Amino acid sequence: MARAVPTRTKWFNTATAGTLGFLMFFPILWILILSFKTEEDAIRAPLEVLFASDWTTQSYGAVQERSDYFKHFMNSVTISVGSTLLGLIIAIPAAWAMAFVPAKRTKDVLMWMLSTKMLPPVGVLIPIYLIFRDFGLLDTRVGLTFVLMMINLPIIIWMLYTYFKEIPGEILEAARMDGATLREEVIYVLTPMAIPGMASTVLLNIILAWNEAFWSLQLTSSDAAPLTQFIASYSSPEGLFYAKLSAASIMAIAPILIMGWFSQKQLVRGLTFGAVK
Amino acid sequence: MATKASRASARLMISPAVILLLGWMIIPLSMTLYFSFLRYNLLQPGPTPFVGWENYYWFFTDPSFSAAMINTLVLVGGVLTITTVGGICFALLLDRPMFGQGIIRIMVIAPFFVMPTVSGLVWKNMFMNPVNGIFGRIATSLGFQPVDFFGQIPMASIILIVSWMWLPFATLILLTALQSLDQEQLEAAEMDGANWRNRFWFIMLPHMARAITVVILIQTIFLLSIFAEILVTTNGGPGVATTNLTYLIYVSSLLQFDVGIGSAGGVVAIILANIVALFLMRMIGKNLDA
Repeated sequence: MARAVPTRTKWFNTATAGTLGFLMFFPILWILILSFKTEEDAIRAPLEVLFASDWTTQSYGAVQERSDYFKHFMNSVTISVGSTLLGLIIAIPAAWAMAFVPAKRTKDVLMWMLSTKMLPPVGVLIPIYLIFRDFGLLDTRVGLTFVLMMINLPIIIWMLYTYFKEIPGEILEAARMDGATLREEVIYVLTPMAIPGMASTVLLNIILAWNEAFWSLQLTSSDAAPLTQFIASYSSPEGLFYAKLSAASIMAIAPILIMGWFSQKQLVRGLTFGAVK
Repeated sequence: MATKASRASARLMISPAVILLLGWMIIPLSMTLYFSFLRYNLLQPGPTPFVGWENYYWFFTDPSFSAAMINTLVLVGGVLTITTVGGICFALLLDRPMFGQGIIRIMVIAPFFVMPTVSGLVWKNMFMNPVNGIFGRIATSLGFQPVDFFGQIPMASIILIVSWMWLPFATLILLTALQSLDQEQLEAAEMDGANWRNRFWFIMLPHMARAITVVILIQTIFLLSIFAEILVTTNGGPGVATTNLTYLIYVSSLLQFDVGIGSAGGVVAIILANIVALFLMRMIGKNLDA
């Protein structure tokens, strides 16, 4: 039974938490505001920015003109969606097998897969860089997609495994008794039940791949550069650039922010490998 | 019941994932290990002789190495402290009854979804720039000398930026853990006369202990590899003030093209991360049995 909480307490909690939440969110809100200002207005004092300047959308156009924003946006989409789907194709059979046909060493295999995720990227930077150089994969979307698929594969397998585990095995047995083949079992029984779990796996992995900033900074420069690399190009200042940087940043984080809000709960499970649910 | 046939097909289904991950792990790892014993610089064509432990010797005696180790510890320790303590406070606060809880939670969590290069550059320019940044403006209007964040307190600035990105992660996980706490247990304790401090100390904190450990371990893994935030803000400077181990290895391998020394550094980084990973794996493994 929940107790009645005095309204005054509730208002007090709301005010405290609201203030803190606002402070955490403020940097994002601020670049949203700056992105609708001219470059000259964007560097004025905060109060003048808010109340003494006009609103404009010109920065968004300027970003596209400066360095073909749309190309980098599409690179991000291709690489993050591509690596997630590729990972899914490899992970689904593996997770399915481990969840429904557990063998003696299944647990060891799972733990070993997880351990590959603990490998610091910088420890394998040189070999990957040299291999990419020799095979002409530097600054290609294919190369980066493959690397991101590999670093996220353990998470995909783990998430799918924990979701598959929750599907009662009796249903599958019943299907098998009714004469369903393995293929039918997967397509008609398992898939419909597994779709919600797969959807959140996809969502989380697109988020992780979209924001990945080590490999995308090392392995791409221009042609295949996703948004992380594109934004990094603003680190060498060139005249006034606050409004442009804001507009570019907003466009780079908006899709992920929205997806992230929808997948809060799954995020916990995915990022803690099922250790916190 | 698993039959022999389904066992065989199960093995077949796992094998692509296992083979890929095995290759991904063994090929680059053995290359790193091998390179770390060679004198190998991409700028000097010619033979790459075997030199034993020489690269490790150079790496460890390089004065930037001890600086980078200390910086790594300060960075990881600082961010961990802020995010864990802050995360517990935020989780406790967000767990209380209030209006518009969903919206407030969304605002708190938002920074986690901002890509590292964006948060680095936005904090550097819009907030920490001594002339045009908001902090500078506020200081000036109050009559203080604005702080040159990346000149005077570079490491603290990076810690602030990284903490801003990871505090939502800690909050989210600790809040999830806190919400699974049985409310009746708290009410019973309250009826028995336990005040808030006792309830927090003896019921909530022990309940969150596991989640706190997980937060610390997972964050450590990620924080050891912080790279983009440093690249876009300070480039490891001034001097080596914000060079962590990851950044140092990046500098020696891809800026100085010294494959040998960079690989030796890579091996050191792998060993370090594995120590943390060992504890994390044990925690997760325990959960797998349950």
